[in-house]
Amino acid sequence: MSDATITPPREFLKPPVTEVGVLGWLHSNLFNNWYNSLLTILVLLALWQVVPPFFSWTFIDSVWNTPAEVCRDIDGACWSIIPKNISFILFGFFPDGQQWRPGLAMVLLVGLVVFSADRKRWKKSLGVYWLINLVVMGTLMYGGVFGMPVVETSQWSGLPLTFMLSLFGMVAAYPFGVFLALGRRSKMPAIKTLCVIYIEMIRGVPLISLLFMSSVMFPLFLPEGVTINTVLRAQLAIILFTAAYIAEVVRGGLQAMPRGQFEAADSLGLNYNQTMRLIILPQALKIVIPPSLGILLSAFKDTSLVVIISLYDVLKTTKVTLSNPKWTGYSTEAYIFLAVLYFVCCYAMSSYSRRLEKELHTGR
Amino acid sequence: MNETQNLTEAKAAPKLIIEVNSMHKWYADFHVLSDINLKVELGERIVICGPSGSGKSTLIRCINRLEEHQRGQIIVNGTELTNDIKNIEKVRTEVGMVFQHFNLFPHLTIIENLTLGPIWVRKTPKKEAEEMAMMYLEKVHIAEQAKKFPGQLSGGQQQRVAIARSLCMKPEVMLFDEPTSALDPEMIKEVLDVMIERAEEGMTMLVVTHEMGFAKSVADRVMFMDEGQIVEQNSPHEFFDNPQHERTKLFLSQIL
Ligand SMILES: Nc1ncnc2c1ncn2[C@@H]1O[C@H](COP(=O)(O)OP(=O)(O)O)[C@@H](O)[C@H]1O
Ligand SMILES: [Mg+2]
Repeated sequence: MSDATITPPREFLKPPVTEVGVLGWLHSNLFNNWYNSLLTILVLLALWQVVPPFFSWTFIDSVWNTPAEVCRDIDGACWSIIPKNISFILFGFFPDGQQWRPGLAMVLLVGLVVFSADRKRWKKSLGVYWLINLVVMGTLMYGGVFGMPVVETSQWSGLPLTFMLSLFGMVAAYPFGVFLALGRRSKMPAIKTLCVIYIEMIRGVPLISLLFMSSVMFPLFLPEGVTINTVLRAQLAIILFTAAYIAEVVRGGLQAMPRGQFEAADSLGLNYNQTMRLIILPQALKIVIPPSLGILLSAFKDTSLVVIISLYDVLKTTKVTLSNPKWTGYSTEAYIFLAVLYFVCCYAMSSYSRRLEKELHTGR
Repeated sequence: MNETQNLTEAKAAPKLIIEVNSMHKWYADFHVLSDINLKVELGERIVICGPSGSGKSTLIRCINRLEEHQRGQIIVNGTELTNDIKNIEKVRTEVGMVFQHFNLFPHLTIIENLTLGPIWVRKTPKKEAEEMAMMYLEKVHIAEQAKKFPGQLSGGQQQRVAIARSLCMKPEVMLFDEPTSALDPEMIKEVLDVMIERAEEGMTMLVVTHEMGFAKSVADRVMFMDEGQIVEQNSPHEFFDNPQHERTKLFLSQIL
């Protein structure tokens, strides 16, 4: 018996070290050959030219909350345009003194969105909360009860309008989109053709033309004297538009379902509706949550197109502010503010969608 | 039970549960099943074997209409399979199916997988369905996993759940399409044992499998298929010891 047959304990080695520390990183990433070095130097020069002036314009030479006159005499940014006009930018033509109503409505809406973000709360009751929220928000905005004066929808504007059009557009478009997706996969030729035509037609035109048609065409079909309110028209157009995109995303989810799931459901004797509702859709919709959030994101940005039917979303209220002679000339500041506003909202949505994707990927 | 004499021409004819008469099936131009004739009596256990691509899966999938046949007749428990969706759904409630890849519903717990059919198809009250599901889970020796999700179980456990799910519908016949082919070797026995127990209870079974030990100990009849035809069928004893056709001999020499 020799010791040679005894296996030595297994050794766990560290991977070989090729580059060390900051200098190593710089060398391998920024200066690893002559043209990369040249590019690095050029970029640094350009940044040197741009960043310090922008920084001092933004933060050092700027004023933050002053009357418009003060802005005439400074070199930096006049951020005062934002606080001095904030209530108009956010709430538009909603009457002064009543603006707590859209404010509260928005807080409720954002609160509900945050509440819905947790997957543990995805139950039937959540749908009920959304319905209640819709009613409460509508009441807050329109008024006419509890001593709140009526505010016509033509005065609804600003950020609440943007939020409502996109979020409720999404919520209402979802079921419609699911039906379209199922219809497109239907074995009945008539239904299938209808759905294909609808989806492809809507996807073939830009939202702006749909909004335009909704304001020009709808009235043609209605009896004289009957009008559909503009906000509702915009909301309808957005729903019809978003649904087509949701349909395609959902169709992708349905296609990803293994055939065995359909066969197992069939062999239990479940009918088509039961198979879809109990087996296929719960799984397929779960797969498509991240791309659906992408649609919500673009719907949110697309709502700025409602200006074409003379609604005042947050972009339009900003423009109106800028047309005030006192504040003309500070459009850079105003648009930077808007960009930051949009970015914060969209970034929140997209990082949420990334988190969800990870969660859904790693387990149930 | 007079199972031993039901192959002889007894006066009281045993109940025919499946009857297939000169059935043909095509996939587009491909004649996948040709002139299939098959009679299965209540309580019979039939093992179907044959080379890959010979049409075994297609045949049993025609019996619960997962596939459509184009010519001939399939009658299950007195109901002929036609385009009538009501007939199809009725037959499917009477025929259980176990798949090679289990096909459990991954978003539902084990107990929900089992109660789904009874609750929605048979309209059994939820509580009663759950009690029945627990009973069948005990029969397949897996009751302690009821609250888990399919993804948390091993392949053998999942297949036993799939068998229990079929049993919950109280089917007249069970179809098995290579139930152990996707399993690691150490799990095959636990599934076969469960199937043998069901056979001993008198369940009518059609089993596509290459487990010849199972065929020898359980089957009343072994059928050999090749190129879309039933080439030969016989009692297991005759089938393995005295195969008639060259193709059968060749096949048996390859797998035994
Ligand atoms: N959906 C289908 N479309 C076209 N051909 C198919 C389809 N399913 C199976 N086939 C073909 O039919 C033949 C029989 O298949 P199958 O019944 O699965 O054989 P087995 O189960 O005996 O291996 C094979 O040649 C296979 O390629
Ligand atoms: Mg097969």
